[in-house]
Amino acid sequence: MQTRSGGFFFAVQSFLEVNRMRIPTLLLAALLLSPLPCRGEETYGYPIAGAYEATLLGTPTELRSQLPPKVRTRTLLLQLNSEEKPPVFFYDNGLRCTFAYQKKKAPLVFVIGPTGASDQSSTAMSLLKALYHAGCHVITIPSTTHPNFIISGSQSHVPGDLATDASDLYRVMESAWKEVEGDVEASAFYLIGTSLGGVQAPFVARLDEERRIFNFRKVLMINPPVSLYNAVVRIDSLLNGVPEGPGREGAFFNRMLDKFTDFYSYGNFVAINDDFLYAVYQERLFSREEAGGLIAISFRINSAGMIFTSDVMTNSGYVVPKNRVLSSNDALSDYFLVCTHLSFLQYFNEYLYPHLRKTRPELSKEEFIASLSLKTLDRYLRGNRKFGIMTNANDFLLAPDELLYLQELFGERAIVYPRGGHLGNVQYRENMARVVDFFTKD
Amino acid sequence: MYRPPLAKRVPLVLLISLFLAGCASQTTHLPPEEPPRHTISEFQDERLAYVPDPWEHFNRSMYRFNYYFDRFLFIPVVKGYETVTPVFFQNRVSSFFGNLKEVRNLTNSILQLKGKESLTTLGRFVTNSTIGIGGLFDPATSFGLLRRDEDFGLTLGHWGVDSGPYLVMPILGPSTARDTGGFAADSAMRFGLYSYLDPFGSTGSPTAIAAGVTTLEAVDQRHQVPFRYYRSGYPFEYYMVRFFYHQKRELDIRKAPASGKGPALVPGLF
Repeated sequence: MQTRSGGFFFAVQSFLEVNRMRIPTLLLAALLLSPLPCRGEETYGYPIAGAYEATLLGTPTELRSQLPPKVRTRTLLLQLNSEEKPPVFFYDNGLRCTFAYQKKKAPLVFVIGPTGASDQSSTAMSLLKALYHAGCHVITIPSTTHPNFIISGSQSHVPGDLATDASDLYRVMESAWKEVEGDVEASAFYLIGTSLGGVQAPFVARLDEERRIFNFRKVLMINPPVSLYNAVVRIDSLLNGVPEGPGREGAFFNRMLDKFTDFYSYGNFVAINDDFLYAVYQERLFSREEAGGLIAISFRINSAGMIFTSDVMTNSGYVVPKNRVLSSNDALSDYFLVCTHLSFLQYFNEYLYPHLRKTRPELSKEEFIASLSLKTLDRYLRGNRKFGIMTNANDFLLAPDELLYLQELFGERAIVYPRGGHLGNVQYRENMARVVDFFTKD
Repeated sequence: MYRPPLAKRVPLVLLISLFLAGCASQTTHLPPEEPPRHTISEFQDERLAYVPDPWEHFNRSMYRFNYYFDRFLFIPVVKGYETVTPVFFQNRVSSFFGNLKEVRNLTNSILQLKGKESLTTLGRFVTNSTIGIGGLFDPATSFGLLRRDEDFGLTLGHWGVDSGPYLVMPILGPSTARDTGGFAADSAMRFGLYSYLDPFGSTGSPTAIAAGVTTLEAVDQRHQVPFRYYRSGYPFEYYMVRFFYHQKRELDIRKAPASGKGPALVPGLF
């Protein structure tokens, strides 16, 4: 291998796998040494105060929970869709799920990840390890928005409608369970979802009330949006604050890259390591607006994969000419450029909604938007002790009234941390301990 | 460096050429194409994460070839190695070959006139070759002598040679015209040194041993890199890898010399 450093490929992987540029930041532990400027919340030790910073940086390595280095896992390659795959996706050979298994009878937890996450995203893997360590079997499933799910897991190949997504997810869970039920014994079934997966989880659970395959005993939602539509509007709007404005994502990205590169070369750093990243954070290299813009860009890079994959699979003529058969060698850079310039709202209005109208012509846009909300499950969730929720007071995907709604809906079953942004504190040891407690203590 | 006999090289060459030839367009019976709703013409913006790539068609073929090579040969061999070898031994192997690379690091530090860095690398090599038992262990790092990777591609970059077009090499993966030249130069230097020292000359079967060592080194290198082609499932993975490779190399060239005054480290944390 010519690769000089495994770290580089780690960077590629982590960039591709999650919806934010999560960076290992051992040095942020230094923040713990300085007193935090907030009152009444001193007992919560997650250090990063800013919502955008927390989302971008995640949890410093030293503050993560101790996870077992070795976990008994195997990859499940589920064959759900029998139709022939387009040649451009020649490498996709089935839906990839990761299965961690105990040798004795144990509860089985399904993990559904955030937008664009694969079965091996860092969030999914840390949940898998923690729950495995606590004695559970675990199966992680790619997000319905991940290209692998769109190609090999989804029946419509069009993600974003919560009801359709839930039935696709349920089909995947059934198939995954069928694949492993001969080898392990499950004492109960649990479900956990983060972000988009967090809002999908109760839809899956309600479907399960009808189909009764799993009879989920406990369902945990982490940082779910209340309304998917509002959440994507909020993500799209993060680009409004940057000087380039929406529609100039390339210019913004390149300017941020130059800033990063210049800081590196003039600062006499020896490598892109924790020193350097800590300095980026400490020096406030990126303004608040730019940090928000970076979050939006990483969502864009993810959704570009979703839009392109769905369009090719359905031959809809949205970004790829209708009826064009792309080969495995065709250049895709123009599609990449087009897709990174399309907002979530465009996807909703121009692609997803028209697609649903084909089978449900009576569906109005207002009804559709309303259906993408936890509020449609209000009666099911209210007082239902099966459900728990963890979120953060500064999760920027929640409007203030939405946070209040969650607190009111779940009452004492809602844990609201004072900070952590969107998913920034999932791997923090206290959060992880409470996730484990939720499933292991009655 | 060990060169496999021609008979062993032919299948690989044949495989690659068959592979490249086999990518011709296929005939389909679909109705004519219609323009898509969104095209590139509507956006007035810079390209995002862009790296010039005049050889993209060839590169994409090679990228795909590497995927198959990994999937059907390289990774199974690496997996087998990881299964039969205790982790302790794997780490010693990595450490040993890492120490041999210090020769390359040293040569190129000198060629870039990086005085302090050259001394550090020399210090590492001497320390690890002696106290570290021929490089099996890495005590130098704990003495504060940190590894400074250098190669001839970086040396060329240091003296102002442009990266040239992006190039995906068979098996070795992402590179550029400059870095491929650099790789060839490093390999030639190593081959020269190897011929001069002739470490297996007295063993009776030097070729077979050299072949074994080279194979073990290749397996160890792949073992250390977690990257798997197309595993991200992201349809634009090729562009992301290209961008990250390019960016990493640019930053490596701009890397500060070891004598530079960086910001003070927070004591006690590292």
